[in-house]
Amino acid sequence: MSALTFEEYLGIQQLYADYARAVDSADWDRWVDLFVDDCIYRIQPRENHERGFPLATLSFDSKGMLRDRAYGISETLFHDPYYQRHVVSAPLINKTADGRYACEANYAVFRTKLSQLTTVFNVGRTLDEIVTTPEGLRFKSRLVIYDSEMIPNSLIYPI
Amino acid sequence: MTTDTGHIPPGMRWERDDASRVPFMTYTDEALYREELERFFYRGHWCYIGLEAEIPQVGDFKRTAVGERSVIMVRSAPDTIHVIENVCAHRGMRFCRERHGNRKELVCPYHQWSYTLEGDLQGVPFRRGVRQDGKVNGGMPADFKTEDHGLTRLNVARRGGVVFASFDHSVESFEDYLGPDVLAHFDRVFSGRELEILGYNRQRIPGNWKLMQENIKDPYHPGLLHTWFVTFGLWRADNKSQLVTDVHNRHGSMISTRGTGDGSGAGAQVTQVSSFKQSMQLHDPRFLDIVPEPWWGGPTAAMTTIFPSVVMQQQVNSLSTRHIQPVGHGAFDFVWTHFGFKDDTPEMRERRLRQANLFGPAGFVSADDGEVIEFSQEGFESKPTHRALVELGGRTADAHTDHMVTETLIRGMYRYWREVMQS
Repeated sequence: MSALTFEEYLGIQQLYADYARAVDSADWDRWVDLFVDDCIYRIQPRENHERGFPLATLSFDSKGMLRDRAYGISETLFHDPYYQRHVVSAPLINKTADGRYACEANYAVFRTKLSQLTTVFNVGRTLDEIVTTPEGLRFKSRLVIYDSEMIPNSLIYPI
Repeated sequence: MTTDTGHIPPGMRWERDDASRVPFMTYTDEALYREELERFFYRGHWCYIGLEAEIPQVGDFKRTAVGERSVIMVRSAPDTIHVIENVCAHRGMRFCRERHGNRKELVCPYHQWSYTLEGDLQGVPFRRGVRQDGKVNGGMPADFKTEDHGLTRLNVARRGGVVFASFDHSVESFEDYLGPDVLAHFDRVFSGRELEILGYNRQRIPGNWKLMQENIKDPYHPGLLHTWFVTFGLWRADNKSQLVTDVHNRHGSMISTRGTGDGSGAGAQVTQVSSFKQSMQLHDPRFLDIVPEPWWGGPTAAMTTIFPSVVMQQQVNSLSTRHIQPVGHGAFDFVWTHFGFKDDTPEMRERRLRQANLFGPAGFVSADDGEVIEFSQEGFESKPTHRALVELGGRTADAHTDHMVTETLIRGMYRYWREVMQS
């Protein structure tokens, strides 16, 4: 296995930026595209993660489930419209094999509801498994572990 | 009615003698809310504390809340559970800061007052003063007795692995409190089979605490608000339904048994709701991989509100308790504890976890409940002299109902509310 190259580092940074743009611009198809078919996506309270409880706030283990969430957001879930904005730290990258990476990064998500002030919505870190595919780098697994003790009412869009 | 109703805000008026028109002020007045805490959460009622499986070992504790008061559930001996108020007997500090853990004793760090796991005061530093230069300085008065200064211990009720507590030691038994009909539905889930904790979800909902009780006493909304239920055939108008309440109309169970279609989309004629989509299929049908369990004894869903503090959920294979912890008149924390049974197969455990995607603060059919509660509160705050209408199915509170086209459980709760708050 070769050492991490600058191109690889840049590629992962681009994937993170691409992801943030997708979920901040409500481009749910693009969000789904950034995962491999056989993927894991979880949003989990830090409490459960650290105490070994399996429950997650959202827990998907296929791309189909991500598609179903996208449909739910746009077609079935009644909710207050809001903008979200991710600020993501530079990732810690551990190359686990050629073309495979285990990464970790911090994030903060701000929420802006119409006619209201912007607030801190959710804060935490992501634990990712990224793989190389013919379409480019994709998430094999993305665990979003949040510090925030309370969801401010509801969480509709993916983080 | 009597001179004791000074807490009823001026200008608050029930339009009718029954409970079919609820004044917005019941949700917006802070003084009234303080009185509700006294009359419903601190007196005469049982409040939810937790599950015994959360504290399996001697010394295990869990910090939680009764109303706005912080309490600690602790296992002091293999089969003894105490619930103790988290307020030091000395200067009133809320001393327990961790939310869970294991301790041999309870100690307030401020002045090191230490208590047993039963809440009895063991000792206080410098009780006999400090000897210096041949004389004793300070110390507690000679008549100070540790046994007079324990932590406040709550009355505890345990049933089927669930723990309830009350500050009121003269409250009726938990079984009488639920009444036989609601108790039967409680026992159906909590039969004594050992529980396994799957984890927690926490959300703060900016609405009055009663709105969550109402939400689970309202069978009118699921087929209309929760489009997801309907879209994927989980909610059908041919579901067999039953509403159960106790003699005081405090608690309620909404019980339903799914219609006998295949549930995957066939039979649009039975939904009668425009959001049903005949062709719509889940990309991953495992969200609704429902496997009936023998203990169900028929019903596929049973949602039970135990007034004032908790909702017990069985929705197909997903089980949770939902704890209502009020925070002022305009908000409450809603804490979900998902659980299964210790002897579940790995597949059943996975299934419960997957179906948990439907519930909680992000759930396909729960996130929107929090949203409508928030917007209801917004409406109430902007015109507190107005009232809500609760007249579907009539104006009375009925004992038992065999359909879902009614708001009788909500009327029942407000009938009881008026009885308690206006006495």
